[in-house]
Amino acid sequence: MIETTLTNKSKRVVIHRDAPTVIIGERINPTGRKEVLAALEAGDFESVRRDALAQVAAGATVLDINAGVPGADEAALLEQIIKEVIAVTDVPLCIDTVNPKALEAALNLYKGKPLVNSVNGEMKSLETVLPLVKEHGAAVIGLCIDSNGIPASPEERVTVAEKIIKRATQLGIPIEDIVIDPLAMAMSADHKAGWVTLESVRLIVQEFGVNITMGASNVSFGLPDRKYVNATYIAMAIQAGLTCPITNPLVTEINAAILAADMAMGRDEFSMRWIKAFRKRNKDAGEKR
Amino acid sequence: MEAVLQKLFDAVLEGDFGGVQSNVQEALDANLDPNTILNDGMIAAMREVGRRFEEGEYYVPEMLIAARAMQSGMMTLKPHLQKGDAKPSGKVVIGTVKGDLHDIGKNLVALMLEGDGYVIKDLGVDVPVEDFIRAIKEEKPDILAMSALLTTTMSMMKTTIEAVIAEGLRDEVKIIIGGAPVTETFANRIGADGFSPDASRAVGMVHALLEK
Repeated sequence: MIETTLTNKSKRVVIHRDAPTVIIGERINPTGRKEVLAALEAGDFESVRRDALAQVAAGATVLDINAGVPGADEAALLEQIIKEVIAVTDVPLCIDTVNPKALEAALNLYKGKPLVNSVNGEMKSLETVLPLVKEHGAAVIGLCIDSNGIPASPEERVTVAEKIIKRATQLGIPIEDIVIDPLAMAMSADHKAGWVTLESVRLIVQEFGVNITMGASNVSFGLPDRKYVNATYIAMAIQAGLTCPITNPLVTEINAAILAADMAMGRDEFSMRWIKAFRKRNKDAGEKR
Repeated sequence: MEAVLQKLFDAVLEGDFGGVQSNVQEALDANLDPNTILNDGMIAAMREVGRRFEEGEYYVPEMLIAARAMQSGMMTLKPHLQKGDAKPSGKVVIGTVKGDLHDIGKNLVALMLEGDGYVIKDLGVDVPVEDFIRAIKEEKPDILAMSALLTTTMSMMKTTIEAVIAEGLRDEVKIIIGGAPVTETFANRIGADGFSPDASRAVGMVHALLEK
């Protein structure tokens, strides 16, 4: 059984198929969130700290950190956000950047074993990101994409995953520290997109046994009532082999779907996590009233 | 409006592929002017689709099937249009900037502009600056349209505009930009001529730019 371990100060998170799904909180990311962008541009980190705490309270055990603010010094900003987040919570972090300088700065600062988001199948990416991952003993997300773009078929995505896994293991990165993202795409633009990703997950797990992540909320882009689509899709993806989705745990429907899927997969003994989460929801609703 | 044009309009609105084709044929058989069929039957319907999308009544798939239905009607109509004198509204070179693979918004803008009579040269995704420059030189478009979904790739729009200026091509084209993180302020800051928050409003904006 492949286990991916992430750490930060006192917390240790283990991602594997027999354990409950690990939620990587997606909200500290200015892409698609204009209020986060505006706050970061103004040098206001209060909302970052709030987002961190709220996601952890809602069940995130890893937090994704993205500092992609146009025109800003990404390395400096990423460092600053990481400092702000680790000042308020001790969950491991997922460092989300395509900028090698920013990645290096973040890895130098980080105490523990983070998840790097991400490397892809392009030579340039493999050659810059993987040595940094190896040097710092981090884990890494491999995106099923290469210089030819996003493969259309599940089989081709497996091929890209294989290329990344081969290259990383050749460098001495253990296979358990490679998490594959088969890419969740909008079903509104291509009605087969959801299926292609689910099938890719199934094949990649069958072939390599690695942990799987994805930005699961992409599937519902352009559709009404996205939360129901996201919740159903994430549950199906967990059945297919998704172990650590990057998602928003503050959406009740998604959170509940993950807990129910874990129960269905036999990962929630005596259903205690489900019951606890229900009580917490009731309590939170009571406090709001 | 002629009953058949109303039926054509409704078929485009519903994304009814077969219905659009048969109604175009019916309208041609009734000797209606091909330009009237195009403008009152189909372009008007695509504008209504755009309006509904803007208002949040229509969703991405509905826009896509409406555009596809219109394209199927155009296949029937096109040979007849050449006899008339429908001239294209203008030419647009469009693409998603280097480093960015998101194409849904870019495709919607292309489809809506095409539905409004523009000729589209779609360069695809992850388009390097040089390819935009080459397309301006070769295609001589009225409009250069760039899309970016990531906050980290938005800056490529600025880089591209700077390259257009450096090549001495800035007066040859109007430049418009769009994408989730793009704002009017950003568009102004990098010296774009126009910005639109969605595909439908992009059409009106392009009209306005070309009228100037």
